[in-house]
Amino acid sequence: MTVFSYFDHDADIGVIGRGRTLEESFEGAAAGTFAIMADPAQVQTACSVRFDFEEEDLELALVTWLNTLLAEAGTHGLILGRFRLVRDNSHWQGEAWGEPWREDMDRGVEVKGATLTMLRVAQGPEGFEARCVVDV
Amino acid sequence: MDMSRLRKLNDYCWTAPLTPGEERGPVLLYGSEPLLVSMDDKVLEQITNVARLPGLVGAAMTMPDAHWGYGFPIGGVAAFDADQGGIISAGGVGFDISCGIRTLRSNLMLHEVDGKLGALADALYHRIPAGVGEEGELKLSTAELDAVLLEGAEWAVRHGYGDPEDLEYIEERGRMGGAHPESVSDLAKQRQRGEMGTLGSGNHYLEVQVVDRIHDAQAATAYGLQKGQLVITIHCGSRGLGHQIGTEYLLSLAKAGGRLGITLPERELACAPIHSPEGQQYIGAMNAAINVALANREMLTQLTREVFGRIFPDSRLELLYDVSHNTCKAESHKVDGVERKLWVHRKGATRAFGPGHSALPERYQAVGQPVIIGGSMGTGSYILAGMAESEERAFSSASHGAGRAMSRHQALKQWHGRELIDELAGRGVLIRTRSMRGAAEEAPGAYKDVDLVAEATEKAGLARRVVFLRPKVCIKG
Repeated sequence: MTVFSYFDHDADIGVIGRGRTLEESFEGAAAGTFAIMADPAQVQTACSVRFDFEEEDLELALVTWLNTLLAEAGTHGLILGRFRLVRDNSHWQGEAWGEPWREDMDRGVEVKGATLTMLRVAQGPEGFEARCVVDV
Repeated sequence: MDMSRLRKLNDYCWTAPLTPGEERGPVLLYGSEPLLVSMDDKVLEQITNVARLPGLVGAAMTMPDAHWGYGFPIGGVAAFDADQGGIISAGGVGFDISCGIRTLRSNLMLHEVDGKLGALADALYHRIPAGVGEEGELKLSTAELDAVLLEGAEWAVRHGYGDPEDLEYIEERGRMGGAHPESVSDLAKQRQRGEMGTLGSGNHYLEVQVVDRIHDAQAATAYGLQKGQLVITIHCGSRGLGHQIGTEYLLSLAKAGGRLGITLPERELACAPIHSPEGQQYIGAMNAAINVALANREMLTQLTREVFGRIFPDSRLELLYDVSHNTCKAESHKVDGVERKLWVHRKGATRAFGPGHSALPERYQAVGQPVIIGGSMGTGSYILAGMAESEERAFSSASHGAGRAMSRHQALKQWHGRELIDELAGRGVLIRTRSMRGAAEEAPGAYKDVDLVAEATEKAGLARRVVFLRPKVCIKG
C-alpha cells in the first residue's frame, strides 16, 4: 500500500513516502509526487512505462526514481497513478501505470523535478521513510 | 529570520558577520527590516552556503523578494571569476532554466476594452496551452529542436512566431550564444517535443494588466507607457527541456564534486569549475535551454497577438522587454575600479542594467533597463528601471517577483480555488485556469506585499519604480 504525505517548503513542496520496505517508501513518494499533478482516484491504469537504472546511493536513487518517472510521463504525455519498484543491490527496476491526460481530468500543478533538498531515506521502527522537496 | 545574526549596514542592506573560525565570502541581504523578519532562516543558511563556494567575487547576496529555495535561495545572486577557480552551479540556476517574464505594451486603453474583457479572457484561455499535461500545436523533430536550441527567439521569428522588431527588446537580442545542443540529452529533447509554445503551471501566467500608477514619468515615456493603458505580461520558462537538463546536471555535478576537488556545503549546490569539461558542458546545455525559453515566450507572444487581433482588429502589441530569472551569464562588471569578466548566477533574480549600458536598446539607453516585478494575480506588478548604482551593489541585479510568504501546502489549507476565483472576479480580476489547486496555491495572500518589495528594491538602490500594473485578466497554468 502506498502512503504519502507532505511537508512545508517556502517555494516548492516536500513529499514523504512511507512503507514497510524501502521500495514501498519510494513508491509512496512517487504517488505523492504525481498526486500533486492529478487526483490519483481519477487516474486509470490504461498503460505502463518500464525502466531500470543503477544507483548505489539510496538517497540519490530516490531522486533518480522520481525524476525518471517525471521524464517518462512528460515524454509520453501521461499522468501516472500506480507504481512498483524492485531493487537488487544497486540495480533498480521500475514500472508505473497511468493514462494519457484527459480533457475532463482535474489538473493540479506540474512537478518540474525532484531536488536534493531535505533529501532523506531512513528506516525507523514503523518502517521506511523517503522524503525530498520537489520543484513545482 | 533571526535578525540577531545580522548586522545592519543601512535601512535596506544587511550583512551576516563571520562567526569565529568561519571561512567564507561576505553575505549581503537587501530589503527592509519587515521583509527580512518575515523570511525563513533557511534563506540566510542557503546564501551563507553560497558564500563558501570557490571563486566568489564580492558578496553572495539576496534580493528583497528572497525566499527559501533549493541550493541557492530564490532571489539569490552570486558572481564567480573563472580564472580564480570560480564555479558554475546547476543548483544556482535551478530546474526551470531561464524562467522569465516579458511585458507587451498595447495601443489599447482600459476604457476601450472594458466590456470585452470576459470574451478576451475566454479567448486567451482557449488559445494559450496552459497547465500540466497541455501540449502545444507545434511538434518539432530533433533537427528542428536543435535549431531552436541554437537560435532562440530568432528561430521563432523566422518561423512566423513574433515580429523581427521584438528581438531588439529581448536580453541577448533573443539568441543566447554559446549554446551546445550536443550537451543536451536526447531525453531532454524528447520531453520538449510537444511543449513549445506552452505556458506551464505553478507560478506561470499570462496576465492582461492596466497601467494604474506612474512613479517615474520620464522612464514611463521612454517605455511607451501611460496611465490607463493595457499591457500583457507573460511569465514562463524552458519547459520540459530545461527541467530535464536541470535534473541530469544536478545529479551528475553532485556526484562529480569530490572528483573535481570541490567540497560542497550542501549537495544541492552541485557545481563544477567553469574551466572544466563538466562546467563547460553544463554551460552549453544551460545556454541551449535559455534559447528554448526565449523561443517559447516569443511563440506565446504570437498566440496572444492573434487573440487580440481577432477581438480588437486595430490592436498592436509591442514587446517592451523580456528578462530571464534563472540563469548564469558571463558579464563584464567593474570591481574595485577594475573591469572583470564574471559569471553571474541569478536564481529568481532579474538582471537590471543601468542607463548607458551597451547591452540596452537605443530606446532605453537614457533611462535604464526595464525590470519587471511580477506580483500575485490579485494585487499587481511593477515595472522598474535599472540604476547605475546597482552594478556596484549587486552586479546589476534586482528583485523578480513578490516572493512567496507562505508554502503551497499552507496556502491549500487556507484557500479554495473556486472561492478565490469568484472573490477576485468580484474585485474585477478575471481568472481562467484548469487547476483549482493551482489557483489556491497562488492565492494573493500566499505572497509578500509586492508594494513593500518594489519599494525596498528602489530604496536599496537596485532599480527604481516606473509604473504599477493592476491585473484585469489572468490565465494561470
